[in-house]
Amino acid sequence: MESQTHKEGSYTILRLSGEIDFHVSPKVREAVLAGLDEGQNLLVDLSGVSYIDSSGIASLVEGYQHAKGKSLSFALLGVRDGVMSVLKLTRLDKVFPMFDSVEAATAANK
Amino acid sequence: MAQTQQLAEFRFPARTDRLRPARQVVRDALQALGCGKEYIDHTVLAVDEATCNVIRHAYAGDENGEVILQVLTRGDALVIRLIDFAPPVDLATIKPRDLDDVRPGGLGTHIIREIMDKLEFVKPPRGAGNVLEMTRKLEA
Repeated sequence: MESQTHKEGSYTILRLSGEIDFHVSPKVREAVLAGLDEGQNLLVDLSGVSYIDSSGIASLVEGYQHAKGKSLSFALLGVRDGVMSVLKLTRLDKVFPMFDSVEAATAANK
Repeated sequence: MAQTQQLAEFRFPARTDRLRPARQVVRDALQALGCGKEYIDHTVLAVDEATCNVIRHAYAGDENGEVILQVLTRGDALVIRLIDFAPPVDLATIKPRDLDDVRPGGLGTHIIREIMDKLEFVKPPRGAGNVLEMTRKLEA
């Protein structure tokens, strides 16, 4: 698993890639919370994530709640079929805002 | 009773860095059986979650523990066995939580129960602690 962060407009974009399981999810949690510590809205780009388990999903839920507590927006970007399937299994597809591009997220947040 | 056939066995220490190779063992076995992508992805996820529970809860982080993962078929069903040598676990304690309560944690058990048709602890062989047997009907 790899993570990279950059800024784009009013967003911090956290790009995750590879497989997210219980072995690496503490790093994902750390990266998500660090992204929000900068006080900007956070977009988690999952387009490079080929696998996620419940511990990875839990890290995203924690980020979502943390953002809500700070009145920041938290959304997922580029969710692939495999990850979407896990979000559906846990019914979190109805909870996380999801977008295909930064532009679409920005437009929705105006 | 339908005949049981073992497709794969993987023995590994109860460490989280072994989850990935364990997933690969299941994926390879199901691909060899000719299962579809979604069936494979979901089964791999359920096995990963169950293996994670063995590492986290049965062994409680003791990396000296051993886990045996077996992939079998019994008639028209896929059977996954996870054998550990930890103290006995009560299946009643492994309960899914209410998904309407959006919070981190507790999702793994829900995922396993959602994907697999049957989940039970069967009598362990001498020396073993728990044998979790998960069954899922094979795709037609």
